[in-house]
Amino acid sequence: MGDLVWILVSTALVNNFTLMMFLGLCPFLGVSGKIDTGFRMGLANTFVLVMTSIAVWLLNTYILTAAPYLQLISFIVVIASLVQIVEMVIKKLSPALFRALGIYLPLITTNCAILGLAIFQTNRAYTLLEGIFFAIGGGLGLMLALVLMASIRESLELADVPKAARNMGLILILAGSLSLAFMGFAGLFSATS
Amino acid sequence: MSPAKPSTATDDFVRCLWKENPTLVQLLGLCPTLAVTNSVANCLGMGSATMFVLVGSSFLVSVVRKWVPNEVRISAFILIIATFVTVADLALAAVAPGIHKALGAFVALIVVNCIILGRAEAFASRNPVGRSVLDAIGNGIGFTWMMLVMGSIREVLGNGTWLGFRIFGENFEPWVIMILPPGGFLTLGSILLVVGAWKHRQSERLRTRDLALAQEAA
Repeated sequence: MGDLVWILVSTALVNNFTLMMFLGLCPFLGVSGKIDTGFRMGLANTFVLVMTSIAVWLLNTYILTAAPYLQLISFIVVIASLVQIVEMVIKKLSPALFRALGIYLPLITTNCAILGLAIFQTNRAYTLLEGIFFAIGGGLGLMLALVLMASIRESLELADVPKAARNMGLILILAGSLSLAFMGFAGLFSATS
Repeated sequence: MSPAKPSTATDDFVRCLWKENPTLVQLLGLCPTLAVTNSVANCLGMGSATMFVLVGSSFLVSVVRKWVPNEVRISAFILIIATFVTVADLALAAVAPGIHKALGAFVALIVVNCIILGRAEAFASRNPVGRSVLDAIGNGIGFTWMMLVMGSIREVLGNGTWLGFRIFGENFEPWVIMILPPGGFLTLGSILLVVGAWKHRQSERLRTRDLALAQEAA
């Protein structure tokens, strides 16, 4: 059990997908304008991450042992169809949630965090349960980064920033500072163990 | 991103180097740009792998563009790209195992590099083979040279070396944060701020000149 908690916390904080491993930067920079959308995007991502983790585990255990070189191609196909299925299921079961997620749902297919999760999970040979905790941790980390960034950007709207600096550069510098802050979490484990 | 007026094949190639640079202007493919630029050698490995996938997939997408039904085109493109990435992954592991290990999962992640799907969808699926390949080479070089700039800044400041050669004396204290994750964000952010400020000044200068001309005319 301790191992699972360790995976969860270290993926969410110490090795945060967005701020430490540069995965899922597109939504991080693209939809971090408002806290609300950032939160929903994070939620949708977490959901797809968990589904992907399970699917990848099945693929790795039962199918890809015969043809490991097809790994990448099968992962991307599985992720694309999974996102599509998830979209249809949510639309059927909860139209309200579907409307809330809107365009962000299909865009998740091209989010590198999802494929990244699949590859890291394979490289580290996680079991099914470890993989699920890895996915939840990664999703929570994405959500945390998105919400933090969105809240900074919301206050930035009112700040007096020089006109020449009103571009993505500023956002990246902010991300750098956030990333610096997250590096502090690295001490979380070396201190206790 | 189709150009307003008919462009020549040279335009396809040249405009991606600066004016429509995938990293600087379109902000595409940022994940590898930030993640692997902590040394110049990594940038070269990543740049050439991406270039190979970009050119190969643009070529193939352009060849099959008339036979792929519109509804499944994105899936078809992704499959083509994934195939080339698998080839690049295996080739890199055989030719340069050191770099392959340093790049880690990011070689496989070339599949989701938006530059490649972007070029396949916006250019190669609508243009003849020759021009698609030129466009891909231009984008590849535009991507690679920005990565090299980032890599040079980060390796020189963070490690005191360039492509492994020590360029400062013994007393140099490396600015380690530059080769750690925050350094990637800070370096790209600074580059974008400088370029943005420069462009802002240019447009201001143009505007004051136009104003002066208008006053003179009146």
